[in-house]
Amino acid sequence: MSGQLVTSTVPAGAVVQWGFLTITVANLIVILTMIVVFVLAILLPFPADRDEEGS
Amino acid sequence: MSRTDPAAPMRAGSHDSWTRALSGWIEGLVPKGQWLPDRQPAYVASWIYVFGVACLASLVVVIASGLVLTFGGITWWHTNSFGHFVNSMHLWSVELFFATMVIHLWGKFFMAAWRGHRGMTWATGALAFFGSLGTAFTGYLIQTNFDAQWISTQAKDGLNAAGVGAYFNVMNVGQMVLWHVSFLPLVVGVIVGLHLLLVRRRGVVPPIGAESPVGVESPVAAEPSGASAPPETSGPGAAAAPPGAARPTAGVSAQEVGS
Repeated sequence: MSGQLVTSTVPAGAVVQWGFLTITVANLIVILTMIVVFVLAILLPFPADRDEEGS
Repeated sequence: MSRTDPAAPMRAGSHDSWTRALSGWIEGLVPKGQWLPDRQPAYVASWIYVFGVACLASLVVVIASGLVLTFGGITWWHTNSFGHFVNSMHLWSVELFFATMVIHLWGKFFMAAWRGHRGMTWATGALAFFGSLGTAFTGYLIQTNFDAQWISTQAKDGLNAAGVGAYFNVMNVGQMVLWHVSFLPLVVGVIVGLHLLLVRRRGVVPPIGAESPVGVESPVAAEPSGASAPPETSGPGAAAAPPGAARPTAGVSAQEVGS
């Protein structure tokens, strides 16, 4: 065989299928992380101003 | 008094020159002290209010890294390690830009941030989102790799079916580069600028539980001339903060403007 088939070395990402919905694991992780950050932003207390703490 | 008299003092407050009129117009766009305020309402002391400026900070990095990439060209990052670093910085700042923008959008949606004459603030934010989608899309198309080829060949069918393929040809790398680095950033930049202006003009929206009394929620709506808004030191929820917020900053009312 004179030629060699050139193939991509980048593997296809894993996907999650749920009915008609298909999403890559990478995108799912990003979306879930955003939801977690959103919830934490609502729940976590904001640090008080250092100058105001003493007063 | 002669206009040619070099010793003639300029009349303060008059709009007899276009520069003075322009200066007055710019000053009147937002209430006094609100272009770069050093104090904010107490309810802003919450993490959910951070994502708007985080989005803006990401956009600054996106633009700065994108400007550096323009010097090397669109294939630079394949052959140069510094180019690869800048390209990665461009990519990840865009990821951060979109993540913070979407969280900002969620926060403002559940806060009904269009209240208090802030409809245009909401609308310009939505337009900035859609404009950013188009800019990111053209960015994917000019990566000069298999990913870009795949996306462009898939997208062309949809765009041709919509009848816009002749004017917006995703298979034309030159056209996509120019859309990505000139037209679309200009559009997004102008919309974001308008959005920021409206945020400064109308003030940061209060949480639903900290609703301001009717008539004083919007500083500009109360005083169209741009004069400072009446300080709101009392009223329903004036010092209330959203869940997770720190205690209200002492001496900062819900509508207190910068000193």
